[in-house]
Amino acid sequence: MTSQSKIQIKDLNLFYADKQALFDINVEVMEKQVLALIGPSGCGKSSFLRCINRMNDSVEGIRIHGKVLIDKKDIYDKSIDVVSLRTRVGMVFQKPNPFPKSIYDNVAYGPRIHHLFETKAELDYVVEKSLRRAGLWEEVKDRLEHPGTGLSGGQQQRLCIARAIAVNPEIILMDEPCSALDPIATAKVEELIDELREKYTIIIVTHNLQQAARVSQQTAFFHLGRLVEAGETGEIFTNPQDGRTQGYITGRFG
Amino acid sequence: MTESSHIVKSFDLDLEHLNSEITNMGELVIQQLENALKAVVSNDSALAHQVIDKDPEIDEIEHSIDTFAIRTIALRQPVASDLRAVISALKVSSHLERIADYATNIAKRALSLSEVKYTPSIGSAVPRLMRLAQDMIKDVLHAYINRDDTKAKEVWERDVELDEMYMSFLRELLTYMMEDPRNINACTQFLFIAKNIERIGDHATNIAELVHYLISGHAFDEPRPKGEGEQKVIVT
Repeated sequence: MTSQSKIQIKDLNLFYADKQALFDINVEVMEKQVLALIGPSGCGKSSFLRCINRMNDSVEGIRIHGKVLIDKKDIYDKSIDVVSLRTRVGMVFQKPNPFPKSIYDNVAYGPRIHHLFETKAELDYVVEKSLRRAGLWEEVKDRLEHPGTGLSGGQQQRLCIARAIAVNPEIILMDEPCSALDPIATAKVEELIDELREKYTIIIVTHNLQQAARVSQQTAFFHLGRLVEAGETGEIFTNPQDGRTQGYITGRFG
Repeated sequence: MTESSHIVKSFDLDLEHLNSEITNMGELVIQQLENALKAVVSNDSALAHQVIDKDPEIDEIEHSIDTFAIRTIALRQPVASDLRAVISALKVSSHLERIADYATNIAKRALSLSEVKYTPSIGSAVPRLMRLAQDMIKDVLHAYINRDDTKAKEVWERDVELDEMYMSFLRELLTYMMEDPRNINACTQFLFIAKNIERIGDHATNIAELVHYLISGHAFDEPRPKGEGEQKVIVT
């Protein structure tokens, strides 16, 4: 399968006030592939992730230099509407964070604020399709009016994924989506990521190296704000080229 | 190990354990080859039997290395050079086990030879072949234990020498057999012995390739050096 370039990051530097958090990041993400970001805590991978849907914009004193191109268009360009950017680039967080609303309303939230439907039947269809795609439909179809917060942790996370895909994004960013889940719930989310790849480009931050190995096609290793090495996942986990990558993935330095 | 230690120290102990098991196995195999050679050269049936009886012990070590390696994969989920180390240990032990089988075969030939009445004087060809094969194994194990890529490459290149020595011995045996049919019985046994030693060299070469893979993460760039083929030795 030949893949097209979906996201290109060029000479990205990020500063929190005086402190530089990212240094000259250059990386390319292929369409309909999963890129896993790995690296020790504080290495910049979450900061990097948040550059891709401009989640960092509201952070006090932040400065970002360089380019983030999605479909060859710089998302930091003045002409870009951040709200519509975020419908194109969805996000799933570490802790499941359903709204204190019904399961139905959680998924319907995005389509409602972005006016993505005409009739109630259309909205019903979007909700069902999103829940099905998130692998949650069978478990919740009889209690759509129940609060989303009443679901188990794994179900809540899949609800958040359903919510993210309800607005029909092109890219999904995931920031440690399984770190609060048990192995079965984790496996379900991983299977889901694999299925979502048919339609979406996914970037996932994970501390679980085996998870990175299992779900991604490309892996990027960050260390001290720099992208040390990026490449095909199988290659990174069998024969990394950089000593720091080798040290990190084999558990040789902290 | 040339690499720095793991944060989880018991992982290092596991990898060291695999290394030391391979060392033990290697030493035993070299001992078996030595005894098999002695059994042939000095017509020592008792020693030949000793070699044959000891073979299950080597199979046992291979089995314990397999079990330990699989356990390490399951419990540690090694990646990168660690994964290559565990997989190489598995494969090296299976090559060593095959080499030990050849030692047993040679010992069995020694027993057959002891019953042959008429034996030509073949000079030092078998001991020389065996020395070379043994040196290759010793060196390649040394390269494995010390992660010495240069030494591995050296062994890998040396197989041609063994092949050539084997070919010239083959010609010699053919000459003996043509000269006097009474030689055929003994020469056939020697032929099998020589073939076994030649195969041992191939396994040493395979181990050299594994060592290179273990260290570098990829195979040797150039094709394996080859001498002339066996088909060139024909009776005319």
